[in-house]
Amino acid sequence: MGRLSYITRRLVKGLFVLLAIVILNFFLIRAAPGDPAQVMAGEAGASDEMFIEQLQERFGLNRPLHEQLFIYVKGIVTLDMGWSYRQDQSVASLIGQRLPATLLLTGTAFCISLMFGVLMGALAAARVGKWTDSLITTVALIFYATPLFWIALMAILLFSVYLGWLPGFGMVSVGAGYTGLAYIGDILAHLVLPALTLGLFYTAVYARMTRASMLEVMEMDYVKTAKAKGVAPGRITRVHVLRNALLPVITLAGIQAGQMIGGAVLTETVFAWPGIGRLMFDALLQRDYNLLLGIFFVSSAMVVLFNLITDLVYTFVDPRIEVS
Amino acid sequence: MRDFWKRFARNKGAVIGLGILIAVVLLAALAPLLYPDSPWRMVQRPFLPPMEMDGFWFGTDTLGRDIGAGLAHGARISLLVGIVSTLVALSIGVTLGALAGYYGGLLDDALMRFTEFFQTIPNFALAIVLVAIFQPSITSIVMAIAIVSWPPVARLVRGEFLSLRSREFVQASVVIGQSNARIILTQVLPNTLSPVIVMASLMVATAILLESSLSFLGLGDPNHMSWGYMIGAARTVLRQAWWMSFFPGIAILLTVLALNLVGEGLNDALNPRLARKGR
Repeated sequence: MGRLSYITRRLVKGLFVLLAIVILNFFLIRAAPGDPAQVMAGEAGASDEMFIEQLQERFGLNRPLHEQLFIYVKGIVTLDMGWSYRQDQSVASLIGQRLPATLLLTGTAFCISLMFGVLMGALAAARVGKWTDSLITTVALIFYATPLFWIALMAILLFSVYLGWLPGFGMVSVGAGYTGLAYIGDILAHLVLPALTLGLFYTAVYARMTRASMLEVMEMDYVKTAKAKGVAPGRITRVHVLRNALLPVITLAGIQAGQMIGGAVLTETVFAWPGIGRLMFDALLQRDYNLLLGIFFVSSAMVVLFNLITDLVYTFVDPRIEVS
Repeated sequence: MRDFWKRFARNKGAVIGLGILIAVVLLAALAPLLYPDSPWRMVQRPFLPPMEMDGFWFGTDTLGRDIGAGLAHGARISLLVGIVSTLVALSIGVTLGALAGYYGGLLDDALMRFTEFFQTIPNFALAIVLVAIFQPSITSIVMAIAIVSWPPVARLVRGEFLSLRSREFVQASVVIGQSNARIILTQVLPNTLSPVIVMASLMVATAILLESSLSFLGLGDPNHMSWGYMIGAARTVLRQAWWMSFFPGIAILLTVLALNLVGEGLNDALNPRLARKGR
């Protein structure tokens, strides 16, 4: 089977997943206590009779369920995720405004964690049983067990309040009016703490995974053959072991990249980072269900997208994929 | 049993983890004796730093509530939610995994698609949405955590069933005419127990992290004190009162770490063939 048909099949599967999520969302709104129109309008706020009737009309809430579902799915397909009555803006535009900040944060955290995680894991595996290994394994285990939001708070306390090295709030200095390079530098300074705290947990995940995977591959026959042939140990680790050991790590990274949105809710909330994670927290506080489900849909869509990218990367890294 | 303990004890980390875990369980069990008052009650002046007054080693929070009491009573909620949600997730995962692995074919395909779907959805985001929509309570939190954590169990159990199904002792049971239900429950299932137990101990750890994250975001049960809630409530006064968020965080860290260590020890003890290198 060719690469193209493999990717097409994955694409179709991804689309089905998205459709299923839309349907799930549809039923979740209806599962919330109270009338769906009330729920969409927000519990308090502008829910007078006229307004509710308008909503019922617009979403066909007095029509049979399957017609309601059709209207809802049609809306999502045309990127209409409804209206946030709390913020008086469309959900799509609210998410659109906040998405770049989240992508910057999660993208940076992703690169940091993958790079350091693989490096640490490989180092531990190469020195298995020695003190380097024990140190890396222990540190990874501790960060793996630490709540993300708590690390974030402690980082603010240490680096922002106590040492005063880095800003721990927002994405730009309020009222500084930086332009050009100074503006970019300002954003980067604000990015350091949130990206590092979000990345720490995943660094631990990748380090553990890389170590375990490498130890497994080291036992394989072809590695023994390479050793017997007298290939230099460093070359065995880099070429024979690491390349194959990275396959499961890539799969995991693909899954985690999308899942990072979840971590971003916590990090962005603590650091007041203006992304969709923070938006989700605000939606929670205001019980703005339309917005909440919109963000849920977009983050699911991102997971599907990242899984597709992973599949694509896989076809290049693992030649066996093509024949299977 | 003695063999089991010997293999477990060979892993030093696991023994330390078990020690911490026992301490946390004792703290939870003795909470009503150590702190008979409700952890919500105001007992001292607000913002009392730790170690400054006898009996209030951990200080008080913004409303003068004893942080020590919160820690003890929070341990109950963390353990309760962690264990119950893991049990619920196990029952979903084991059932679906067993059916898929034992019967195979179309049922397997359908169940695995279903599992994959739940694995694709960003799980923390789904947990947030579920708790927010069904209103925060112990029940909704437990259900939400269970719903996002069962897929790995289903996959694990399915894999075990697939490989066990073709083994001789299972074939023999088929030949002597045992019913499918009986074979699944008495022949195959007991043999999948070891990996499931190891996975369960790690799931409790993840569930506790999830619960604390939800409570931190204000999605905790409003009637029960929890570690995540304490940190969330102290977030705005971080600069003035570090101890309010510091101690509950350490409590979460130690509990989750202990469970992970115990999980590794169980793995060494229950799956000796797979015992990891480097020890």
